[in-house]
Amino acid sequence: MTVTPTRAVGTDFDRVEAAEKVTGTARYAYEHAPDRDTVYAVPVQSVIARGEVVNVDTDGALTLPGVIAAVWHGNAPRLGPADDPELALFQSRRVAYRGQLVAGVIAETLETAREAARRLRVEYAQEPHDVVLRVDHPKMYKPSKVNPAYPTDTEYGDPDAALEKAAVTVDLTYSTPAEHNNPMEPHATVAVWENDGLVVYDSNQGSSAVRDTLAGLFGLPPDAVRVIAPHVGGGFGSKGTPRPGVVLAALAAKVTGRAVKVTMTRQQMFALVGYRTPIIQRVRLGADEDGTLRAIVHDAFEQTSTVQEFAEQTTTPTRIMYAAPNRRTTHRLAPLDVPTPSWMRAPGECPGMFALESAMDELAIACGVDPIELRIRNEPETDPESGLPFSSRNLVACLREGAARFGWADRDPAPGVRREGRRLVGTGVAAATYPAYRLPSRATARAEPDGGFTVRIAAADIGTGARTALTQIAADALRTAPERVRVEVGDSALPTASLAGGSSGTASWGTAVVRACEALLRELDRYGGRRPQEAAADTTAEVEAAERLSRHAFGAQFAEVGVDVDTGEVRVSRLLGVFGVGRVINPKTARSQFIGGMTMGLGMALMEEGVMDVEFGDYLNHDFAQYHIPACADVPDIEVHWVDEVDDRLNPMGSKGIGEIGIVGTAAAVANAVHHATGVRVRDLPIRLDRLVG
Amino acid sequence: MDGTNLPETATITLDVNGVDHEITVDTRSSLLDVLREHLDLIGAKKGCDHGQCGACTVLVDGRRINACLQLAVALHGSSITTVEGLADGDGLHPIQRAFIEHDAFQCGYCTPGQLCSAVGVLAEAAAGWPSVVTQDLSATPALDGDEIRERMSGNLCRCGAYVNIVAAIGEVAE
Amino acid sequence: MRPFVYERAEEARSAVAAVADRPDAMYLGGGTNLVDLMRLGVAEPARLVDVSRLPYDTVGVRPDGALRIGAAVRNSDLAAHPAVRRAHPLLAQALLAGASGQVRNMATVGGNLLQRTRCAYFQDITKPCNKRNPGSGCPAREGDHRNLAIIGHSEACVATHPSDMAVALAALDAVVHLEGRDGPRTLPLTELYRLPGDDPRRDTVLDPADLITEVTVPALSFGGRSHYRKVRDRASFAFAVVSVAAALDVAGGVVRDCRIAFGAIAPVPWRARRAEEALRGAPATEDAFAAAARAELGQARPLRDNAFKVPLARNLLVRTLTELVVA
Repeated sequence: MTVTPTRAVGTDFDRVEAAEKVTGTARYAYEHAPDRDTVYAVPVQSVIARGEVVNVDTDGALTLPGVIAAVWHGNAPRLGPADDPELALFQSRRVAYRGQLVAGVIAETLETAREAARRLRVEYAQEPHDVVLRVDHPKMYKPSKVNPAYPTDTEYGDPDAALEKAAVTVDLTYSTPAEHNNPMEPHATVAVWENDGLVVYDSNQGSSAVRDTLAGLFGLPPDAVRVIAPHVGGGFGSKGTPRPGVVLAALAAKVTGRAVKVTMTRQQMFALVGYRTPIIQRVRLGADEDGTLRAIVHDAFEQTSTVQEFAEQTTTPTRIMYAAPNRRTTHRLAPLDVPTPSWMRAPGECPGMFALESAMDELAIACGVDPIELRIRNEPETDPESGLPFSSRNLVACLREGAARFGWADRDPAPGVRREGRRLVGTGVAAATYPAYRLPSRATARAEPDGGFTVRIAAADIGTGARTALTQIAADALRTAPERVRVEVGDSALPTASLAGGSSGTASWGTAVVRACEALLRELDRYGGRRPQEAAADTTAEVEAAERLSRHAFGAQFAEVGVDVDTGEVRVSRLLGVFGVGRVINPKTARSQFIGGMTMGLGMALMEEGVMDVEFGDYLNHDFAQYHIPACADVPDIEVHWVDEVDDRLNPMGSKGIGEIGIVGTAAAVANAVHHATGVRVRDLPIRLDRLVG
Repeated sequence: MDGTNLPETATITLDVNGVDHEITVDTRSSLLDVLREHLDLIGAKKGCDHGQCGACTVLVDGRRINACLQLAVALHGSSITTVEGLADGDGLHPIQRAFIEHDAFQCGYCTPGQLCSAVGVLAEAAAGWPSVVTQDLSATPALDGDEIRERMSGNLCRCGAYVNIVAAIGEVAE
Repeated sequence: MRPFVYERAEEARSAVAAVADRPDAMYLGGGTNLVDLMRLGVAEPARLVDVSRLPYDTVGVRPDGALRIGAAVRNSDLAAHPAVRRAHPLLAQALLAGASGQVRNMATVGGNLLQRTRCAYFQDITKPCNKRNPGSGCPAREGDHRNLAIIGHSEACVATHPSDMAVALAALDAVVHLEGRDGPRTLPLTELYRLPGDDPRRDTVLDPADLITEVTVPALSFGGRSHYRKVRDRASFAFAVVSVAAALDVAGGVVRDCRIAFGAIAPVPWRARRAEEALRGAPATEDAFAAAARAELGQARPLRDNAFKVPLARNLLVRTLTELVVA
């Protein structure tokens, strides 16, 4: 038999699970009902922001017909240690933020469980709370590292002296509010105990990690826990670590001996699944008259909770973006009585680049230099802090390609002078970047008797198209057609894999898949093509042995906005993104992911804000009617391109991650365009009409 | 309190995707929960449970509605089409094919609602209904990009597939 | 949600009888707000009387051109009705600016009029709210009130009325037809709503058993020259930040007559009678429009974070009227 070599990678492919998703047969976590009577657990949240649970009166709840149990600190089983104290459910009386789980009610029907939860009487000893982030907060401290393991501060040269001497300086403060991930599928779990083991159908970004966490909490060997997540309705970081709901489901199933379903409501998600911390950023740039940077100083002030430290790596992109001999980046945190912030799409790069790229625009204006030219002028030859070579860096190519496509050459830099009817029109540009991470993973590949292949890996497809991309990668590695390859993901029973996070999925899992496929071809070769054969790969050693290089994706974002002169309403009329991301595995789904990131960036620019209710200590606008994400009418026809980028020092595919870079820089491009349109510089997101109506 | 502890129930008939069901429901149950928890029709999704996201969109007597805000008991005698009922046997509905062709979804969770909403939009446009962006209210509006974007704004998509959704619907509208 | 008895009303009298003298009974229309509030625990009826299938589901045009709108007519059907589109474009636009296509297919005219404020504190039963729980306080005054009232509010309550449709109907001198304990009666729409004062619990003057059966809209000779413009924080599917409904009759450069109402600035759809008074007989110029806006908005008492609504409402009115002159 001759196998025709194919080149699946680089070709448009429909999503493998497309038919299931358009016919409504793709089953998400909450839609799994193990074949026994499934019951419903409903979480009960604290209504104080700080203090203790004194007592829970469960009588009113338990007398309702159909109520099975109410669980709280007073009666919950003790759990084993958790890396994340948020998961030590009902293990303490302490309340660390408003909305923290203090109880759960389990009933035969969803309607009864919800009503019973409402009737639970929780008695608190309330203490005064502290929920307002400010730069001079007395508890502001320097964390020992920032997410995931970057140095908290860096300093090179003498930035203060260089700022003092610089011909042109800008010293600007920007703020970004709390932003909430809000995947469309709320976090959900169905849990059932079987033969002393635990099975959970769970909505997450990595089943292996959820398995390990649950095993620790319930004192089980990891192989006694199985986490199944074939389809996940988005995560954007909020499902990257296990959340209290999965623990509640497992706990409730243990207490009742039944299969238990748990879902967060949309409102509960605003407290329980992480969010992007509000951040106050100060950026100081010092430059020569021609815009050549002499100094960059970027300081970030953020909040975390008292439960768990989360230190967003906000200023890390500034460490690699532009050349300057004198530089400093810092991070400071205030632990407040607030829900624990966590990952949200491009933590660090996304808010950090809003500040840096807004400041670069302001510097360009101060120097009278075109903002694209300013960036090109400050392009570093090597990583400006580590000194390492870049594996590849095409920021300049992206800026030039974007400028040509967007029609930047004709742009008049004067702000506030272009009128179209009752609208002021302006354009803006910003750079984007995101690291190219790769993490160890395992995979198996099997040659089936029928001539097909099965590739197994506990990867997660949260809408990224991972299942499809891995099918293409495996097909090429096996030198077969993608139709012959079946890729299984989303199950902790599969070979252990890294998270869908940090835009690392394709690089990490793809490496493991390629190595497993290569090993399988060797096996087939050895046994004269006799089937079945199976081979496995573990990329730990390969990933650890990788050459030390600065590996990052880059991009350029362009925006055009119209601002209503009467109402101040801002509408984005054009968005263009050009990216340098190595080899693109599936152009069709990649384009969608870039557009999706840019769409979320548009929301960040114009509307997203979690409003802290200072008196009560929670995020007040906790639903989709009040916390606005972009609707269809907000989003223009977004254009996306990528430059040819060959980088053979990344991974066997030559690919960089694309899940996050689309959101990076979008908000700055929009804010810069708003300034160009109106002459008003908005440094505090979101850019709502309040600031622009006059 | 009084006798309100016991759930109140009612027996209703519903035609769902051409199949008659006689079911006893808690009066509190939404159509969405009845579909998902009792009939195992899991296509319609729960994204907010308050009519703010559109993931639960289904067609009732041919019109798109939010199944989460619809008490099932109030629908006695109605005909319901969910995403599971759009395809004709194995042949996908043109809007389903267009969504695949244009990659109009990523995670897929809002997709059933988008699809049912799109079917509703096409019917509303065919009936000559205007939208808030229709310039001439006396004319029959054509489904251009702006019209599609406005009419589909009741269906949120956090993956940001709007650009492709609009293209997919535009193709079917032609 | 508390268990409740559901019954489908067959005719208006029996519906009124089913709700009268039962303090825990409520009418159910399209349910788009009531079911939402029940799920939040804000509304706790023990009995729902479904009036959505009563025979008030048609729109008619009387010989004098007045519209008769059944209370059970769905918002989308009303917006699409040829007579509304032709003679009262501002009403069609107000309806179409509200919520989403799905919600408009469900929501009834009667229910739209009686929807409750979307103030975040009112909707969260774990927090105080004088409207929901009299005497508990109003955290919005010192808390988040960016999108709350600038006019007509009180110490006790700063909530706004959320309806778009009601703003257009307020401008159009609509009349609400009711069936109550003592039989049928009518009420001008602008008198349906009440300001909060020191008792913000009730949004309207209605008795709980009063059932809206119909809304009539008198003919307006210049109704064709009218517009509803809604400003919001995203391009669609959002409540108004400020909205205006306006109709203008101009002859020889002079305003002969006009109708103006604002939305999202007050606890009620805000009929701008002072502005109308200032405009009648005035030249149809931007200066005169701005003067009219000042006449109305001079009464505004914005809160700490919503003063921007004053210039926004002014600009919006001037812009809308100016465009109506050109139209």
